[in-house]
Amino acid sequence: MNNPTDWTRSTAAELADALADGETTSVEVTRAHLDRTAAVDGDVHAYLHLDAEGALAQAEASDARRAAGNPASALDGIPVAVKDVLATRGLPTTCGSKILEGWIPPYDATVVDLLRRAGLPILGKTNMDEFAMGSSTEHSAYGPTHNPWDLDRIPGGSGGGSAAVVASYQAPLAIGTDTGGSIRQPGAVTGTVGVKPTYGGVSRYGLVALANSLDQAGPVTRTVLDAALLHELVGGHDPRDSTSIDQPLPDLVAAAEQGATGDMSGLRIGVVKELSGEGYQPGVQARFDEAVELLTKAGAEVVEVSCPSFVHALATYYLILPAEASSNLAKFDAMRYGLRVYPEGVDAPSAEEVMRATRDRGFGDEVKRRIILGTYALSSGYYDAYYGQAQKVRTLISRDFEAAFTQADVLVSPTAPTTAFKLGEKLDDPLAMYLNDLATIPANLAGVPGISVPSGLADEDGLPAGFQVLAPAMADDRVYRVGAALEKLLADQWGGPLLAQAPPLVEKLNDKASRDPGASA
Amino acid sequence: MSDDLMSYDDALATYDPVMGLEVHVELNTASKMFCGCSTVFGGEPNTQTCPVCLGLPGAMPVVNGKGVESAIRIGLALNCEIAEWCRFARKNYFYPDMPKNFQTSQYDEPIAFEGWMDVDVDGESFRVDIERAHMEEDTGKSTHVGGATGRIHGADHSLVDYNRAGIPLIEIVTKPIRGAGERAPEVARAYVAQLRELIVALGVSEARMDQGNLRADVNLSLSDKGSDVLGTRSETKNVNSFRSVERAVRYEVRRHAAVLSGAGSIVQETRHWHEDTGITTSGREKSDAEDYRYFPEPDLVPMAPSRDWVDQLRTTLPENPTARRARLQAEWGYSDLEMRDTVGAGALGLVEETIAAGASPQSARKWWLSELARRANDAAVDLVDLAVTPAQVAGVQALVDAGTVNDKLARQVFDGLLAGEGTPEEVVEKRGLAVVSDDGALSAAVDNAIAANPDVADKIRDGKVAAAGALIGAVMKEMRGQADAGRVRELILAKLT
Repeated sequence: MNNPTDWTRSTAAELADALADGETTSVEVTRAHLDRTAAVDGDVHAYLHLDAEGALAQAEASDARRAAGNPASALDGIPVAVKDVLATRGLPTTCGSKILEGWIPPYDATVVDLLRRAGLPILGKTNMDEFAMGSSTEHSAYGPTHNPWDLDRIPGGSGGGSAAVVASYQAPLAIGTDTGGSIRQPGAVTGTVGVKPTYGGVSRYGLVALANSLDQAGPVTRTVLDAALLHELVGGHDPRDSTSIDQPLPDLVAAAEQGATGDMSGLRIGVVKELSGEGYQPGVQARFDEAVELLTKAGAEVVEVSCPSFVHALATYYLILPAEASSNLAKFDAMRYGLRVYPEGVDAPSAEEVMRATRDRGFGDEVKRRIILGTYALSSGYYDAYYGQAQKVRTLISRDFEAAFTQADVLVSPTAPTTAFKLGEKLDDPLAMYLNDLATIPANLAGVPGISVPSGLADEDGLPAGFQVLAPAMADDRVYRVGAALEKLLADQWGGPLLAQAPPLVEKLNDKASRDPGASA
Repeated sequence: MSDDLMSYDDALATYDPVMGLEVHVELNTASKMFCGCSTVFGGEPNTQTCPVCLGLPGAMPVVNGKGVESAIRIGLALNCEIAEWCRFARKNYFYPDMPKNFQTSQYDEPIAFEGWMDVDVDGESFRVDIERAHMEEDTGKSTHVGGATGRIHGADHSLVDYNRAGIPLIEIVTKPIRGAGERAPEVARAYVAQLRELIVALGVSEARMDQGNLRADVNLSLSDKGSDVLGTRSETKNVNSFRSVERAVRYEVRRHAAVLSGAGSIVQETRHWHEDTGITTSGREKSDAEDYRYFPEPDLVPMAPSRDWVDQLRTTLPENPTARRARLQAEWGYSDLEMRDTVGAGALGLVEETIAAGASPQSARKWWLSELARRANDAAVDLVDLAVTPAQVAGVQALVDAGTVNDKLARQVFDGLLAGEGTPEEVVEKRGLAVVSDDGALSAAVDNAIAANPDVADKIRDGKVAAAGALIGAVMKEMRGQADAGRVRELILAKLT
């Protein structure tokens, strides 16, 4: 008897081939992933909302299209999970917050619309730090997500759900969003791939804004090629997003395929002095240094570059983000949708009193912290010293990137300073939490693209670390080329993807799941 | 509880009024400022909305190019500089009628600035300097239910209609208007009225104060006479007509003067004008620059209107108002006084339209400035808000010219028009107002009058033709005015001489 393929272990590219060849159907693939969710998500808690019925119906529609010879896209029928910060018509969208509990958007984000048109069944909405504020997904109002490598550890944040969902094989593809590293850092600590596109490269229409000048939606996957496929599908100009770039994307899949040859000759790689060394866990630093070595052997020229303004990046970010967020989150006022709380003991409360009671109950501590910070930073008399000043420093950071990119084609660093820390470890120290974003924040401030690919396991704890590649704005193809090259070179070393080294999750059987005894765990 | 007031003359003897007028113009674009929703007035509540103008999480604005064009044209018509580069900004405050709890507006980078408008005040020109004109979006409309006054105090609950949320507004702000002296109320009124004419001539708005597509806020402070030092100002809202503008200025001058002369100080606050009682009452205390935490709107990119585009828009401007008035005066053959009265009554556009509809310049002026002005005054509304159209006025004059009605009957026709009884012809028909042209009926009435007044009849027979007046009166009475007096006279004389 043949061992049936466990489709949850396939990459999206492999699934696309299998579907095209008729080896499997979208329903079979989708069902396999739903079964996997039933088996492991009780422990991982990657999902806030699972839409099994909807996903299977979409899968059926996909199979019908394919049977008629009309697949909607190259990825038609491949299931995808979506971070709960993107509006999905008919599906709850909570942004990880109680204040939007039960809100069902009447419209789709452009990214979601593109996924639907391309025929990808949407499995559900993934967990996140509340309103994308966080680096560990512990600030979700619905409980944290657990790192599939070690369930006692954080999966990164704010997009821990999306990273965990692909790391635990519950989906081959996921969409995340990245404001200061929320795609890349979870990628690093879960041994997966995450890309923050050039600012404006992917539509933000329907992406509930955290910081409008920093947010970008992007692919969360297990391979660089899968990320390129997904990025090409959801990227591009959107007339409904005035900040989206009105130019075609570069050829990302071609860049990934080119990179996968492993040939780095002609490429200049800049190691950013300010983004490594002190504050970086030794094991993380070691894997990074080795990766740079590897790329050098593959033909790259490595230079050290200095971006002196980067030391101000964290402070700049934590002024700009709260300021924009404080304004963006003002709309949650109990008047039109979402949570409504009436103040206790008040007869005939005013609208203002209801707003206050609702926001007090509906927002978590980190959200409140940042709203207060942001309101303060924008206040009369303080604007110039804080927000105004931060925007000026931001320009300096952009200029540092420009200067660095004259010396190198890409810039590299460890994605995050540490591996996954334990749940609860940094909750009492917001500033310590913020330090997780040290290396990822500069890219958001300057609007340049970045990728995180697994660099290996840290010696101290055997947990994954990430290698970050940054490129000039609009040159997303470069991060795919270098990311794919490193992925290939390391896979040759490891004999497979890093994720294969993750301890297997215990599959919990329940009445929903019907497992084939021959399937691998 | 009512405020003390100083007499206006005494106030002006001691103080110089300084005014600041903020006028909001609701543009007549087909869609809203940041989304494609319809702007048509009067729809069922919340049927002209979308994720953008409802401020749903994730929605993003897109700039309405026509709105920008209208803003530039308004700026050019006000002799403003047009910004080479500017941005939208968020004005942050919480209120249920504002879906995002911030208004997308412009702050320190308005699209138009440093302009002026020459206002005709009683035949003299007064220059009002314009600080800026900028783009913003309107809020939704709240209805407060259950209270006695329809206002929020005492209401049981409020309903919000977001059809209006997001409709483009242009806010036009004057620099402090000084040197108007005792004419300040008239200057303010003339400014708003003539600004309205300019807006209408541009074709960018209906600009009707009674419909809320032209709104005025009146800021007023008093300086010591001859001093440059500005006093504390009050802002008065709910000023819904030109006459309210004038009255509100006058009232606030008197109120400020009473406070200041009593060694008190003016509270910087927002006040509410009450047209029915002719007073202002205290609204909410407005702290100096209520902190709106302005910052540039990050979801929109900066605007940089090209100089070519601005020049092209300049060619689409209507005639300069001063030149237009001179031209019309010449065309209509009005004396300076007649022209001044017409402008002063806010009737220039109305007269122009009435003439275009076929009436003579003199008859148009006559109706608007006497009969209709009186009615507007009685109803406490602006002339332009009276429920009679220029076409209807021309129609009434046409009936007079044709002899169908006389002047006295024409007034009754206006009663019917204002009551909404139809066209002038329909009103005449329904009310039976037509002058009787049937000689038989007239003859009978003349006979009755002669029979009832034998002495007068004898006088006429004796040659005292002037005495016919009394008989004419009697006939007119019997005919309920529906007779041509001249024809009646002819018949009387025919019978008696």
